[in-house]
Amino acid sequence: MEPAIRVEHLQVIRGGRTVVGDVSFTVPSGSLVGLLGPSGCGKTTLMRSLVGTQIVAGGSVELFGQPAGSPALRSQVGYVTQEPSVYSDLTVSENLRYFATVLAVPPTAAGRVIGEVGLGRHTDTVVGRLSGGEQARVSLATALLGSPRLLVLDEPTVGVDPLLRRDLWILFAALASSGTTLIVSSHVMEEAERCQRLLLMRDGQILADDSPEALLASTGSTDFESAFIALIESPPT
Amino acid sequence: MTVRRTVATAHRVLRQLRHDPRTVALILAVPAVLMGLLAWILHGRAGDFNQFGPPLLGIFPLIVMFLVTSVATLRERTSGTLERLLTTPLSKADFVMGYALAFGLTAVIQGLVVSGLSFSLYGLHVSGSPWLVVVVAVADALLGTALGLSLSALASTEFQAVQFMPAFILPQLLLCGIIVPRSQLPPALHWLSDVLPMSYAVDATRQLSTSATVTSEFLLDIGVVAMFVVAALLLGAATLRRRTQ
Ligand SMILES: Nc1ncnc2c1ncn2[C@@H]1O[C@H](COP(=O)(O)OP(=O)(O)O)[C@@H](O)[C@H]1O
Ligand SMILES: [Mg+2]
Repeated sequence: MEPAIRVEHLQVIRGGRTVVGDVSFTVPSGSLVGLLGPSGCGKTTLMRSLVGTQIVAGGSVELFGQPAGSPALRSQVGYVTQEPSVYSDLTVSENLRYFATVLAVPPTAAGRVIGEVGLGRHTDTVVGRLSGGEQARVSLATALLGSPRLLVLDEPTVGVDPLLRRDLWILFAALASSGTTLIVSSHVMEEAERCQRLLLMRDGQILADDSPEALLASTGSTDFESAFIALIESPPT
Repeated sequence: MTVRRTVATAHRVLRQLRHDPRTVALILAVPAVLMGLLAWILHGRAGDFNQFGPPLLGIFPLIVMFLVTSVATLRERTSGTLERLLTTPLSKADFVMGYALAFGLTAVIQGLVVSGLSFSLYGLHVSGSPWLVVVVAVADALLGTALGLSLSALASTEFQAVQFMPAFILPQLLLCGIIVPRSQLPPALHWLSDVLPMSYAVDATRQLSTSATVTSEFLLDIGVVAMFVVAALLLGAATLRRRTQ
């Protein structure tokens, strides 16, 4: 089957600096991939390249066989930016109804996604009055509206309480098992165990591309923090 | 471009305004209060009020809508909502026309309020139809919206966007013929005023002040204003970038 994501020799220069350097990887359809790495390593830049909003210096990015950013992909890819990108002066349901019309899905989808992200109590609350974590979930809900084939989620669990974080990861796993491909970034290494596959990133490079179990085994570590350190100190040759 | 997405965008912008009643009150009240002030300043000088009133009746809404639109679009750019929208099937034209539609409707209400007060309470008089004054006021407000949409692309902060009012609107105010008739300007400035949209907006109201019938000059002037609106909207759509650094 055609991979959901195929990145070849991607290079991105921002502010005169190479922030993503010669990155290549593929992601098969229906998998839940974690993009992990410290703040500033290039996760957001890589995700922007996937959805076609980043000017790239070289290489190619294809989603479902089409170049990133091509019009045919716009209804198939859901992107959640790191900062919540919803209208803070509208209520949760007003936001979702607007995005539902933009994505040409029935307004009833709004009710479904509000439930999925656990915001049922806040349907008619103005987004600006919600906490940071709640606003991030509104932003996530808008991306779930169109039931896209690929979800690109930039740090969706930051600032979310542990119980809800667990529920979100259960939701992501459920989406993946129903055939959606998800790439989820985080700078919290523990989140690695929730993923089926990991892309570990540092300084614009992919250090490892493996399953969580294989990564722990190959580095002889018991947790992902030490696995990451082991990779940096003795990179696989 | 799809009608559904354009209308939904306009609807969304109007909803945002509804959550901010103070801004709505300012949009509607500021031009009306300024016209009242002008009437008071020119108290007992009906000729002057009838000369300066009609062009300013269009210019005040233009300035208000320019500022409101600049800040609104800049907020979309900086909050990430624009970037997100441009990854969806929404077209650039949907976005720009949505704004034009929402603020166009606002401008109609604003134009009716400021004209209604000017012709009744403030005693403004024109030879032509007062309704055509409303048309010019709405066209001017739309021009302000369209210029705000396109020029906000040049701003990266709200401080910059607000400065565009003195930078792009005040020179037009100086050159549009209110202070010195355009025919008496030095040749270079006259030529410059010929390519600025506000000159035509003022010329159009001048036709209404002096002529009881619709003149061909009026139609030409209002047509030029309409063309500037279309051009600025096209420019506004062209400045939206799906891919950025
Ligand atoms: N708009 C920008 N202009 C120039 N450099 C940028 C810009 N945004 C991010 N960078 C730089 O690119 C690098 C990667 O940033 P980013 O992709 O946001 O990392 P992460 O998401 O992993 O924290 C950082 O060094 C950051 O300083
Ligand atoms: Mg980031």
